[in-house]
Amino acid sequence: MDFVQIFSLTITQAVGVTALIYLFAAIGLNVQFGYTGLLNFGQVAFVAAGAYAVGVIVLTFDLGLWLAVVVGVVVSTLLALLLGIPTLRLRADYLAIVTIAASELLRLLVRSIAFKDVFGGAQGLNGKLGQEFHDLNPLPADFTLPVLTWSRQDLWVVIVGWSLALLFTLLVWGLVRSPWGRVVKGIREDEDAVVSLGKNVFVYKMQALIIGGGIAAFGGILWAVAKQSVQPDTFQPDFTFFVYTILLLGGAARVFGPIAGTIIFWFLLAGFGELLSSLINNGYIEFLTPTDVGSIRFMLMGLGLMLLMIFRPQGIFGDRRELALDAR
Amino acid sequence: MPAKTDHMATGHAAAVEALRDVPQVPGAPKPDPVVIADHVSRQFGGLKAVDVAHVEIQRGAITALIGPNGAGKTTLFNLLTGFDKPDTGTWTFNDKSVAGTAPHRLARMGMVRTFQLTKALSRMSVIDNMLLGAHGQSGERVLNALVPFTWRGQERANRERAMVLLERFNLHEKIDDFAGSLSGGQRKLLEMARALMVGPEIVMLDEPMAGVNPALTQSLLGHIKNIREEGTTVLFVEHDMDMVHDISDWVIVMAQGQIIAEGPPDAVMKNEQVIEAYLGSRHGSSLTDDGASLTPDAQGVNS
Repeated sequence: MDFVQIFSLTITQAVGVTALIYLFAAIGLNVQFGYTGLLNFGQVAFVAAGAYAVGVIVLTFDLGLWLAVVVGVVVSTLLALLLGIPTLRLRADYLAIVTIAASELLRLLVRSIAFKDVFGGAQGLNGKLGQEFHDLNPLPADFTLPVLTWSRQDLWVVIVGWSLALLFTLLVWGLVRSPWGRVVKGIREDEDAVVSLGKNVFVYKMQALIIGGGIAAFGGILWAVAKQSVQPDTFQPDFTFFVYTILLLGGAARVFGPIAGTIIFWFLLAGFGELLSSLINNGYIEFLTPTDVGSIRFMLMGLGLMLLMIFRPQGIFGDRRELALDAR
Repeated sequence: MPAKTDHMATGHAAAVEALRDVPQVPGAPKPDPVVIADHVSRQFGGLKAVDVAHVEIQRGAITALIGPNGAGKTTLFNLLTGFDKPDTGTWTFNDKSVAGTAPHRLARMGMVRTFQLTKALSRMSVIDNMLLGAHGQSGERVLNALVPFTWRGQERANRERAMVLLERFNLHEKIDDFAGSLSGGQRKLLEMARALMVGPEIVMLDEPMAGVNPALTQSLLGHIKNIREEGTTVLFVEHDMDMVHDISDWVIVMAQGQIIAEGPPDAVMKNEQVIEAYLGSRHGSSLTDDGASLTPDAQGVNS
């Protein structure tokens, strides 16, 4: 067995393009759920908004990628307003129901035959979505990394993606240590108490939803640019729940929680997968076939999560004292 | 009667003096009311939880709102502070009509309430709880939040003000503790201090003594008196008559959603109707039973 290769493939996925997409969604969800307490179960809709903004603007309308980025942010803001205005005045669970329904609705809408001309139906939009971005790639044509196996194109995405992710992390850090952050944390703890102190909680919840959605939209933009393809069925509700897993793994309401959570989640998921495949291919495990690996790695992931919840329920970066307070 | 000094003098003596000639009947007009409510009613299903024809709250005094469980005290509180919407009714705060005003606006105008079930923000530090009370903070605007130098100075001033209050409420050694780690009584104190941080004109305390041990009750009573001595109006809900007798300047008695008596504590306690309402409730008759438990009042007082 080639352990170097297993490790290399694992690391490549743990901090790679797909991991980055989840990371953006998790940073956004941390603002919404971690700090403000908004139960947004439709985070995938914001990612889809970003991805489809690129697909539609670049491919359908043949306009520039940079315009697409702006449109992505605008669309995600509109989506946040659309979801938030009717529900944020109500109890927390209404937002949960509306967001999960809206994310499915959006997926079914973009894959419908009626809008095939714009959104490409079930096949989605495939083509040179990120050409303008890849043309800026400063890496030499024959560039390769030791150990890690990214293509030149992927490496460029990863560099820009991580820079952006760190920038957003910095933004969140700045926000949550400010008086604004204090208000949203107060809302998470007890909305009525914050109202009684003269704060318009509706506005703050809306701001958190918009900011979190906007950050997630960048995940979608990155997706379209890196994979040069946008497909409706990749935006299933389970995406959102993986993002929740990542957030809880790293520790909700911790600035570095999403980063730690993403890397660990993908390291374990990819690591299990690569290790199992290797064991099967080398004949150590005979009762499984390579096609089983995809689902078994999720089972192992689930086991890992259970162990985490039992032995470290606050997540990697969480504070156990805080969790104890919750039980009161 | 030196009515002209009402605005100047504060405290117990002034309040008693101002209220001396007020007729002891439900809905009595006060010389200097801060809150005036008319025809406020609220129905929960078939139950009329609150049906108040007229009530005035005297400025600068401690007014107790008492009554047996399910009398509608907390519901009236929720209505006046905008946390619940009445079926009918209008009311003014400082001569300004505020019916239908959003609760956070009322708080900014100076009508600040606390809750029966203490709402300390558990996973935040004591000092953060306090700082949340300060208003007009520029750092609470999302764009300013990222530019610390626009709010640092203000933050420092607020912190100083919070420290003074915390010292007064004997919580200054706990500033960095999670509010959730405080005892029940300390949380009551924190909630009161936090309400004062808003800089209120009237503080409305919903059962400030509920679930607090007798020793701390005394200190809580002292704090409430201090709030009045500084010129802030206090309206509080309570159902323990003894507690009320000790600190209030004026007592309003509710039963079955209506105001049945008003007056200084001594007079109210001798009032036939009041005794009947309380004894009635103690004997388990209709006052607290038959559906009256639908009001938020009856949903337990433990914090």
